[in-house]
Amino acid sequence: MTYAMKSVETDVAESARPALSLALGAVGRGIRSGLLWLAAKALPPLVTLALILLVWQILCAKPGATLPPPSQIWRDSYDLITQPFFNFGTQDIGLGWRVLVSLETVAYGFGFATIAGILLGALIGQSEWAMRGLDPIFQVLRTVPPLAWLPIALAAFRDSRPSAIFVIFITAIWPILINTAVGIRNIPQDYRNVAAVLRLNPIEFFLKVMLPSAAPYIFTGLRIGIGLAWLAIVAAEMLTGGVGIGFFIWDAWNSSRLSDIIVALAYIGLVGFALDRLVAAVGGLVARGAQAS
Amino acid sequence: MAPIKRPYLKLDRIGKIFERRGVRSEVLRDIDLAIEKGEFVSIIGHSGCGKSTMLNLVAGLTQATTGGVLLENHEVNSPGPERAVVFQNHSLLPWLSVYDNVRLAVDKVFSGKKSRAQRHDWTLHNLELVQMTHAKDKRPSEISGGMKQRVGIARALAMEPKVLLLDEPFGALDALTRAHLQDSLMDIHRTLGNTVIMITHDVDEAVLLSDRIVMMTNGPAATIGELLDVGLPRPRRRLELVSDPTYVAAREAVLKFLYERHAYVEAA
Ligand SMILES: Nc1ncnc2c1ncn2[C@@H]1O[C@H](COP(=O)(O)OP(=O)(O)OP(=O)(O)O)[C@@H](O)[C@H]1O
Ligand SMILES: [Mg+2]
Repeated sequence: MTYAMKSVETDVAESARPALSLALGAVGRGIRSGLLWLAAKALPPLVTLALILLVWQILCAKPGATLPPPSQIWRDSYDLITQPFFNFGTQDIGLGWRVLVSLETVAYGFGFATIAGILLGALIGQSEWAMRGLDPIFQVLRTVPPLAWLPIALAAFRDSRPSAIFVIFITAIWPILINTAVGIRNIPQDYRNVAAVLRLNPIEFFLKVMLPSAAPYIFTGLRIGIGLAWLAIVAAEMLTGGVGIGFFIWDAWNSSRLSDIIVALAYIGLVGFALDRLVAAVGGLVARGAQAS
Repeated sequence: MAPIKRPYLKLDRIGKIFERRGVRSEVLRDIDLAIEKGEFVSIIGHSGCGKSTMLNLVAGLTQATTGGVLLENHEVNSPGPERAVVFQNHSLLPWLSVYDNVRLAVDKVFSGKKSRAQRHDWTLHNLELVQMTHAKDKRPSEISGGMKQRVGIARALAMEPKVLLLDEPFGALDALTRAHLQDSLMDIHRTLGNTVIMITHDVDEAVLLSDRIVMMTNGPAATIGELLDVGLPRPRRRLELVSDPTYVAAREAVLKFLYERHAYVEAA
């Protein structure tokens, strides 16, 4: 560390040095700072994980423990952990496939929720009367727990898949809708004036001013929404069956495969994390464009 | 007796009362003003007297409580590109590049009249007018305040407005940039012959640029206190004007109005 700092100083001091060595120095610093970054970012969580596994191993290796220790999970569920994409028939498939099935349902429900949430959010953000009429109803509906919708959905659709999609939809739509409305209400009057002078029609205004201006808010809503959707899909699948990861957990519980359940939980957690980061990353890209000057 | 020649732009006995939660505040009263085509008019007055309100009325962004605005004998009651505004704080859309900010206006105003290629050329032409072609692909956040203001002017000019409305366009700029942009604006006004209404706080700016200066009394219920014709020939050059007796007299008249007869009284 001290050495690195020194070499930087001499680089600056002896500006007459050949350019090549300067460039090499820069590359070397680049690699070094990359490694440092990796160590700072990746090391702490890895150490924590190792510690948790260790404590878990010690606690659950004792005779009479109700949950399996990590070593036993590794032995019991070796196939599930190492081969996410095996396929030996309808209910004997790798967890990767199951996650994809669940993700597909989420994609439909979340996709519909995004479209409907942004459109309805724009409506209640833009129109005083739409807000007065719809807002109280939305405020009540959004407090209904996702799974409470399932019986109604099953009765209406008479099929488990559309019902699961509906549950995702109704779970994810509220944060998207409410955040969009707030974003629209916060559009600076200046932008509205510009649009008015240009006589933008409502569709042009929506696409060229509303969406970009409210984008940071919309993406906050989308991020909360995708998190809730992923929470709801597991619960919904436990009740509706199918081949998704949620049903796998239910199935494993019924046949007392505790190790499999724990592996599935790890999958769910990692996928949920990835989804959150994905939406956040897209939002970051979009927001950088929409940043106020 | 009916006038033989009707003015190009007429503010006809305008009064404006804002009403918010039952509180009425009369901002403007009895504003009467006739502006000729191609005329450059400045509005000067103390902060908060209602200058922006007056400009917004001409823009159609707010509605008069009494009276009305007539442009070529048609009543103005909604905003539109024939009365383009350069806003006090530039108001460029931050997610669009400099080029796209101007192009949005060009596409909207000339959608049926110019081809794609013509609209592209027209956009570049207007950026050229304000010398901003070099930064056409930059975002507003990446350029300086003076540059943003210039893009705002290019956007307004690109609409080929009948009346160009400028709300303190150079208010937030340093003296040097300001002088430079004033010169550009004078050039543009000379070549294009636009009708311009400009709000300003700067007495020198008003005298240098205007054919006429509208001096507003203090609010509430502000009205036009005095009108001053600036009889200086164009083109005007700032250095030559400094010692010009007409310039000095005009400057003195405005200063006297602002600081002697209508000195700003801080509202208690
Ligand atoms: N939408 C509104 N509702 C209520 N009052 C308003 C509204 N807009 C402006 N006013 C009031 O009208 C008065 C004049 O405002 P205006 O913005 O026109 O002043 P101004 O002369 O442009 O001031 P400045 O030089 O500081 O820009 C102010 O007292 C302001 O509080
Ligand atoms: Mg103002």
